[in-house]
Amino acid sequence: MFDLTGKSALVTGATGGIGAEIARSLHKQGATVTLSGTRVERLEALAEELGDRVHMQAANLSDRDSVAQLVPAAEEKMGGLDILVNNAGITRDNIFMRMKDDEWDQVLEVNLTSTFHICRAAIKGMMKRRAGRIIGITSVVGVTGNPGQVNYSAAKAGMIGMSKSLAREVASRGITVNTIAPGFIRSAMTDELNDKQRDSILSSVPAGRLGNGDEIAAAAVYLASDEAAYVTGQTLHVNGGMAMI
Amino acid sequence: MSNVAEQVKKIVVEHLGVEAEKVTETASFIDDLGADSLDTVELVMAFEEAFGVEIPDDAAETIQTVGDAVKFIESKAS
Repeated sequence: MFDLTGKSALVTGATGGIGAEIARSLHKQGATVTLSGTRVERLEALAEELGDRVHMQAANLSDRDSVAQLVPAAEEKMGGLDILVNNAGITRDNIFMRMKDDEWDQVLEVNLTSTFHICRAAIKGMMKRRAGRIIGITSVVGVTGNPGQVNYSAAKAGMIGMSKSLAREVASRGITVNTIAPGFIRSAMTDELNDKQRDSILSSVPAGRLGNGDEIAAAAVYLASDEAAYVTGQTLHVNGGMAMI
Repeated sequence: MSNVAEQVKKIVVEHLGVEAEKVTETASFIDDLGADSLDTVELVMAFEEAFGVEIPDDAAETIQTVGDAVKFIESKAS
């Protein structure tokens, strides 16, 4: 099950904790993977770790020219694109009353607008091939909200709405469009929390622990697989029970 | 019927699964041949591929009938 041999995948934000795990898991299931991210050394390190069936395309998603090149470059390197994982994202947290225009604009541009551009570039080939998987990594806060993150939660909620509409448009062409909403996932950021902060977070998680990147990646593998052909327009919540939607 | 028209007709018949007799020059893809908006996008992609022409979005929006498609493609090819 969930065999991805012969499939081509593009993962944005592949240098981040969750993105790297998604790339590893898709690759492990047999997919050829193009890694995209801003930090070239990290891309190279991950590419080296994975070995064969790996390509790299550095991209800065706040730069529209760079975004425009991403899908054509990936398609050229891999001879097509079956699985698109829009994982890249940034935060610029601030309380609403203090939020600057550029904090809002940057987060919407990188997290939502670039996703629109990348999806639009990818969908043409998927339509022709009558197959495709688009997976967006959103966030539990896109559904529940979170103080200090009006920009981030708006972008992540926007991603969910966009995915649903696109899913309706292309479902008859064998293309599925879904999102995964991680809860609190162990990362460089959560490692810096002190015990008190950690306890406070964990008190809202019934599972009593942080999630791991590979648990998000497992959801991505499922949604990318042929077995998930009848799942579209959905948001798969992977959050240890912290929000049950 | 020109070569282009023959080929356009063939693509339309194949893509929309309609009877060849219905694919007349004045037939509208959406009103007469049962295409939805996504079908029209795919037809344009199929024409682009078959004839090696590029059909920009603003031109694609004006292609409503079989005759429109033939006219556009012939204008590009000549």
